[in-house]
Amino acid sequence: MDQEELLLFIFYLGRFDIITVPRFWRKIVNRYNLLGTKCEECGEFYFPPRNLCPSCRRKGDIETYRFNGTGKLVTYTVIRSAADIHEKETPYILGIVELEEGSRLTSYIIDCDIDDVEIGIKVKPVFRRLGEESEEGLIYYGIKFTPVN
Amino acid sequence: MEVGICSYGVYIPKYRIEVEEIAEVWDEDAESIKNGLKIKQKSVPDTDEDTATIAVEAARNAVKRGKMSASEIGAVYVGSESHPYAVKPTATIVAEAIGATPDLTAADYEFACKAGTAGIQTNLALVKSDMIDYGMAVGADVSQGAPGDALEYSAGAGGGAYLIGKKDVVAKIEETVSYTTDTPDFWRREGKDYPEHGGRFTGEPGYFKHVIAATKNLLNKTETDPSYYDYAVFHQPNGKFPTRAAKKLGFKKEQFKDALLVSEIGNTYSGSTLIGLASVLDKSDPGDDILVTSYGSGAGSDSFKLKVTENIKDIQKEEPKLESFLKEEKHLSYGSYARHKGKVK
Amino acid sequence: MRDVAIAGVGITEFGEKWDSSFRDIFTNAGISALEDAEIGARDIDEIYIGNMSAGRFIAQEHVGALIADYSGLANIHVPSTRVEAACASGGLALRQGFQSVASGINDVVVVGGVEKMTDVENQESVEILSAASDREWEAFYGATFPGLYAMIANRHSFKFGTTRESMAKVAVKNHHNATMNDKAQFQNEITVEKVLNSPKVADPLTLFDSSPITDGAAAIVLVSGEKAEEYCDNPVYIKGSGQASDTISVHDRKNICTLNSTVKAAEKAYEMAEVGPDDIDVAEVHDCFTIAEILAIEDLGFCEKGEGGKLIDEGATELDGELPVNPSGGLKACGHPVGATGIKQAVEITKQIRGETGERQVSEAGIGICHNVGGSGGTATVHILSREV
Repeated sequence: MDQEELLLFIFYLGRFDIITVPRFWRKIVNRYNLLGTKCEECGEFYFPPRNLCPSCRRKGDIETYRFNGTGKLVTYTVIRSAADIHEKETPYILGIVELEEGSRLTSYIIDCDIDDVEIGIKVKPVFRRLGEESEEGLIYYGIKFTPVN
Repeated sequence: MEVGICSYGVYIPKYRIEVEEIAEVWDEDAESIKNGLKIKQKSVPDTDEDTATIAVEAARNAVKRGKMSASEIGAVYVGSESHPYAVKPTATIVAEAIGATPDLTAADYEFACKAGTAGIQTNLALVKSDMIDYGMAVGADVSQGAPGDALEYSAGAGGGAYLIGKKDVVAKIEETVSYTTDTPDFWRREGKDYPEHGGRFTGEPGYFKHVIAATKNLLNKTETDPSYYDYAVFHQPNGKFPTRAAKKLGFKKEQFKDALLVSEIGNTYSGSTLIGLASVLDKSDPGDDILVTSYGSGAGSDSFKLKVTENIKDIQKEEPKLESFLKEEKHLSYGSYARHKGKVK
Repeated sequence: MRDVAIAGVGITEFGEKWDSSFRDIFTNAGISALEDAEIGARDIDEIYIGNMSAGRFIAQEHVGALIADYSGLANIHVPSTRVEAACASGGLALRQGFQSVASGINDVVVVGGVEKMTDVENQESVEILSAASDREWEAFYGATFPGLYAMIANRHSFKFGTTRESMAKVAVKNHHNATMNDKAQFQNEITVEKVLNSPKVADPLTLFDSSPITDGAAAIVLVSGEKAEEYCDNPVYIKGSGQASDTISVHDRKNICTLNSTVKAAEKAYEMAEVGPDDIDVAEVHDCFTIAEILAIEDLGFCEKGEGGKLIDEGATELDGELPVNPSGGLKACGHPVGATGIKQAVEITKQIRGETGERQVSEAGIGICHNVGGSGGTATVHILSREV
């Protein structure tokens, strides 16, 4: 690799996980259980959770809603390069999942061969490690998705 | 008062590594190892799986298959020898992830491979004393075996979760006894990655002494003999030990073969006895009598007498059953296995 | 609303500038712009600076004051404001300056953009830039910046059949243009094969689909229309300015193949300028990744949605094509000092309209467009520049 490539390469590797303990903990129930929100006014579902319905705004009526978690893959990529602390995970599939209720989120697609992943496949949630602050730090748990056979 | 198992669920990672694959790396004879341990392969966790994720999946399956709601669970005990944190409970992760928080008690147990059955006993006591309506006991492990150590062939990953209560009991717990001494046959010091063990010392003074004593005590206390039982479940560190103990006690192969999964998934430590029991419950009929004896190095055994009820039919309809975890296997090379186990750092 | 003219432009060389500090870089660009406009410090009414993250790149906040100070404007107390919208910070600064002159509050405003990215380890710059995505619900769940654009690219290919070759051609074209730009970071030709065979970053995107890390600054002197002739003999007018927001996360958009912020910002800018996509002679668009340039030419209305790849294949966006795009080399080859990019684009279009870009000069460049995106499309700005008032 020449210098230019090296420069570019190192530059675009990363993802950033500085989610501090209070920041992770604040949404721990949502992260563990796909607990989102629903606007009772217009019927829209939100995950990640929103406290203000973007359609109804102040007229909205936001309630907690537990998603069942099954959905389909809207799009995906294979992350080939990640920052040092995630290098062990690469290559991994990242996808945008549309939940049955219509809400969309970004997460890992696991237990799926890179050659088998395609737009439109059905997926279901699984409870996994998302990462860790450091070897000494907090372990982050949450939801990833796996294809439904 | 009928107290017993109201629901149960298991989880086993889908990755497997065969004895041959490991033996080749260490230039050992696979056939003699397979014969000696009676193990064909073992389960391996994915890179993002640990005791907490396995415990959560098993616990979620138990809740899903049962009739209670998670908020009725008054206690969660997670037994493991590989808790992800040295200090900070796995039980709180499980309780939060099944939606049982906040009105409950929770704690982690550690007693080598029998921490899961210890949790069942605790929950039994809490339910019997009317302190709680339902209690969850989980045994789960991602066991460690040092590269090249004999344990590397058998140390697997998996877990079982049991809901103990009084309503809709699928298997009554009619009696339980324990047998405990201080016998250092296996340990892992604080901060160390891999356990130490006493080699053959883990056999006679460890496994056999405790399993046999606890089982005999249970038989005496309940005035039953081995022929009384339809099924017998023993802790299975390998294929040889439970078979030998069962035969020594007077059990026949038909009684204990259905619980023996070690050849397919390895020793799942705290999950081992609980997964074996799940396998039996999944195929049992109302009225069946089951004897269960766990073993934890250090050392101790918990023995249980169970009677299956009519409700078993309802839960047997609910997925996922144990079998589904045995069907889906992905085999790993030693290289990917090392990566999965974090041995390549 | 008053007319607003660009009286002077200045830009530094883009690249790894080990000898230059944040303040050196900005001062350099600012002085060039003032000299170009032949304007004195005392004429400046106000400064707006686009900067994404001096706070993390050089642990320096309060950069408005720092820049005023080291530009010699603190002793005459010129107000200085820093604006931020990730990679669209420069576009935002331009718009702030435009609004303040158009409104009649100020007559002479300096707008600038600056980023000093190489004072931290590469790993850290990666982290800093990722902060433009939704940290809690994208980055935390495994998303990298190339990953987000890669997911858009895959969906675009799925829906419209856009090919890898079309994407690669964007990088090839922009590298070619940069060979004629002495300020550009990479002044070398590349090939489609080189792009396709370079290390994969996030499928389908490779290293050469991505823009680099860059130090650089750019500055522009804006004056009111009536003063334009007073300050320069070749004013370029900002005829339209638009800015729009969209969800910060890609996943919250119903249609991820469109950056709605671009569509809306462009609508506003076209309406204000009373022109349409057909009137545009030259464009500087936000090609942080090759797929982003394809999205941009579609969302700015140069072709139907899904036809962007075809436009590239036909060569329409090359220097001698129907609609030359990124004559400077774009973010890909000229470089991407994030806060400076939006200003650099306007500098390039100004010079194109003035006919000062030498070999890379687009013929008959009367009206040009600048398109700057923040993050994965949470913010976009569009400006239309014209020789005619």
